[in-house]
Amino acid sequence: MTWRRLLRHETILALLVLLALFVLDRQSDKFFTLDNLFNQGRLMTEVGLVAIVMTFVIITGGIDLSVGSILGMTAILIGVFWKNLGLPLPVAIGLGLVVGTLAGVANGIIITRFRVPPLIATLGTLALYRGIAEGVSQARSVRGYPEWFYVLGQGQLLGVPTQLWIFGIAAVVAAALLGWTTCGRTTYAIGSNEVAARFSGLSVDVTKVAIYAASGLAAAVAAAIFVSRVSTTRSDMGTGIELDAITAVVLGGTSIFGGRGTIVGTLLGLVLIQALKNGLSLAGVKSDGTVVLIGAVLILTILLSNLFHRDQNR
Amino acid sequence: MTESTEFRAHRSGPARCVSAYGQEIVIACALVALFVVVSAINPRFLGANNVNTIVSGNAYIAVAAIGMSMIIITGHIDVSVGALIGVLATISGTLAVSGYPVWVAWTLPILIGAAINGVVGALVAYGRLPSIVVTLGMLSILRGGLVFVTGGAWINNLPPSFQLAQARLLGVPVPIWFMLVLTIAAFLWMRNTAFGRSLYAIGGNAEAARAAGIPVERRIVQVFMIHGAFAGIATMLFATQLKIIQSTVPPNLELTIITASVIGGVSILGGTGTVIGSTLAAVLFAAIGSAMIFVNVSAYWLRAVIGLLILVTVLVDMARRNREFRGSQR
Repeated sequence: MTWRRLLRHETILALLVLLALFVLDRQSDKFFTLDNLFNQGRLMTEVGLVAIVMTFVIITGGIDLSVGSILGMTAILIGVFWKNLGLPLPVAIGLGLVVGTLAGVANGIIITRFRVPPLIATLGTLALYRGIAEGVSQARSVRGYPEWFYVLGQGQLLGVPTQLWIFGIAAVVAAALLGWTTCGRTTYAIGSNEVAARFSGLSVDVTKVAIYAASGLAAAVAAAIFVSRVSTTRSDMGTGIELDAITAVVLGGTSIFGGRGTIVGTLLGLVLIQALKNGLSLAGVKSDGTVVLIGAVLILTILLSNLFHRDQNR
Repeated sequence: MTESTEFRAHRSGPARCVSAYGQEIVIACALVALFVVVSAINPRFLGANNVNTIVSGNAYIAVAAIGMSMIIITGHIDVSVGALIGVLATISGTLAVSGYPVWVAWTLPILIGAAINGVVGALVAYGRLPSIVVTLGMLSILRGGLVFVTGGAWINNLPPSFQLAQARLLGVPVPIWFMLVLTIAAFLWMRNTAFGRSLYAIGGNAEAARAAGIPVERRIVQVFMIHGAFAGIATMLFATQLKIIQSTVPPNLELTIITASVIGGVSILGGTGTVIGSTLAAVLFAAIGSAMIFVNVSAYWLRAVIGLLILVTVLVDMARRNREFRGSQR
């Protein structure tokens, strides 16, 4: 039953993606070139990493609004650790990832230990983490990273952009975790009925903290890639990335109420958004027009998918 | 109906007042404490000019937070309000520049705001879409649409008579009047009318409200329209502050507005809270921002302070709630 429902949404979405790709291909002959596709993959990776973990978060019935701020904070701290404290860059990146993960752990603890609704908890940390980024940086940017660092965001590995490897591995690991492990099933159980999951002896709190920690880590990895891709660090990096990620996840069929969703759906959502952005800009539509379309597609997809199984939703 | 003000009303006297309006009292105390401490460090903080600037310059946030509080009390959320205010400000400015009477430029955005949010409300109520998803989509549509249509151009040459926010009535800036009157009116309306109370009932338990004969869907559409109208009034105060209007969405405005509601004691779970709290919270933010300048703390730390404030308020609130919950179970 559940499977049929999931498949149905993802089928609609896959058809939409195909339709979009087809239309965009007719619009511009530059769209289906390897260069362009790889380039789009680069642009998609940061949101993609965040969205993959966001899928877990939303399946548990939660939400993480603070990822954009964690990204900004980590980016600034990597810059500050390296430039101002004089640490070697790999150590600075390592510390940045640790801080990002800890920021996620803090979210998880506020949500599980103090029973604060995730929307509010991460709204608070959204302001706090971005505030730390702004306070530490005092609006100064950091540039002049060593050449080897740019491999991460601008270079290639075996002919494929470096960050696409990271993204691909993350997606496969996440899909396997969610689909085939106890951890994944616990995630669904929490979202379907948290009290029942607790009474069934599942480690609800530990799982939730781990998921929010992973969300922080994903944002931190995205930060390192982002800094490497644009060769500079600013405190406003990643602003609004949480909304892009949530849009991709929800577009991918994950219920905002929790309990259902898949990584495949999220990937389709990401591809659809990126294809629209790119294809329309190749076809000469200004990027702001694309933003309008993405908003409309989000509302329409959810509306359609709701109409198909209206009776089951409430 | 297990709506908590109703529940608390059984207690008597001052205890009842403290219990029902705990959050509002805490914020009022925080506000007084802030003024006392900062003016001790730097007396110029209390200057009439500065206080006026703090309150009047941020009155639009308080006004928008009134509508937001209603939405949250009903158990919904609107993350598109900042974008809506940006769009309405541009419409208002364009009308003023193209020679329409200023009162049209002031009031038409209120109707447009109500109409746009009426659509949002209908999608939420009848389309059964989660409000966060609809307003997330709306955020994209409004934000993208604004820049798409205007190309990011600024509006200059606004007629002087358009500057409502700089006018004074009985020596007090007009925005402060709007904030006070609307807050008190909304507070009384939500407390004393059947319509207002039904919002708490829907937020407390939508099914129970339906069973009690409240037309839940229609109410949701109506409350979204009212919220849109408040966003329109906020626009009227926001757009008329300066001599130019930027055709972009003010960054993070929706978060500031939601935060004001939540810190003001409106529970994100729906069903409780008042608009007095949200207005006090909006003033508190503005005062903190100004205070940091007066005690020589870099303004870049402002957001971190506000974030800490949200977390502390929420943690204290949850601790109190959990204690009450346990108490009521014994």
